[in-house]
Amino acid sequence: MVSDSTQTAHAAYDSKIEGNIIFTRVDAAMNWMRKNSMWPMPMGLACCAIEMMASACSRFDLSRFGMEVMRFSPRQADVMIVAGTVTYKMALAVKRIWDQMPEPKWCIAMGACASSGGMYRSYAVLQGIDRLIPVDVYISGCPPRPEALIEGLMKLQRKIESDPALSNQKKELIEDLA
Amino acid sequence: MSAAQDIATLSAKFGADVVGTKEFRGEHTISVKLSVLHELLATAKNELGYAMIIDISSLDHFGEDPRFEMVYELVTVDDSKHLRVKSKVSEDEEVPTCTDLWVGADWHEREVYDMMGIRFSGHPDLRRILMWEGYPFYPLRKDFPLAGRPSEMPDVAFTGVAPLEGGPFVTSPGTGDVVTREPRARVVK
Repeated sequence: MVSDSTQTAHAAYDSKIEGNIIFTRVDAAMNWMRKNSMWPMPMGLACCAIEMMASACSRFDLSRFGMEVMRFSPRQADVMIVAGTVTYKMALAVKRIWDQMPEPKWCIAMGACASSGGMYRSYAVLQGIDRLIPVDVYISGCPPRPEALIEGLMKLQRKIESDPALSNQKKELIEDLA
Repeated sequence: MSAAQDIATLSAKFGADVVGTKEFRGEHTISVKLSVLHELLATAKNELGYAMIIDISSLDHFGEDPRFEMVYELVTVDDSKHLRVKSKVSEDEEVPTCTDLWVGADWHEREVYDMMGIRFSGHPDLRRILMWEGYPFYPLRKDFPLAGRPSEMPDVAFTGVAPLEGGPFVTSPGTGDVVTREPRARVVK
């Protein structure tokens, strides 16, 4: 929009905000904000949790990628890291905590046990957390090294980056109206 | 006194109620009838100095009668001697609790109850300890499949059957090469 007054136009371009305006899509802006401040909910159930703790510590340092704010309250978390063996006794508790996390939320199955039950082919162990909650990223390893967890989280960031949430909403709206 | 002497003392005291004794690589075991089990454990604790119980477990002799067998591992506090007490239990019998002798027996007996389904008379709090109340099976019994059985308790827990891909995998030591000894999958007959 072009103003009649050259004075106003000039003032806008001469102001302090010059150079700080970026043109983008809302989806891209939202995804950029989401992916750079993922707050993990550490669901540490077995030895994978030790590696997860190591990932958050200074040697590996998750905070380089904006994921260091581990929240022990599901209401403040975006991504649940299921780290360890999910027993049937624990399974519904994990599901319940997942249900308490606000949308949008993501899930990482860290290690063999969380992904598939791992070596525990038995009466007591859930054969993969994906039988209860949708999983975005599976990380192999028993347990995976911190680098693998960081790689997994970066994979998740790449996934969030291309999430067409808003355009999907728009599409749905248009289909509803039609 | 050594554990071997203790076994002699107990055998003399309980006479015909002692089913058998065994010494294997320095480990001493005494098997007794269930009717004198509690009395024998009390004697071992109060007169022979076995002040500590380090484990209570159970065996499933599936297909035999009596079906189950209780195993108690007793030690003295200075660890100078170790005594194993065994007693056979049939499916419809209850085992007298030994929580009155050793408080530490409480959770061990709950574990035996949870995993094998043996009940203890006089136990102060006989609930399941690992599985949840209402789980319908006893997983360590021989007739319970390793893969588990499906069960469902709404809002508490559920179980499913684990994929074993033809297993369970068993090694047969001493025959052939590794591929023969440890097959990737073995059909259960």
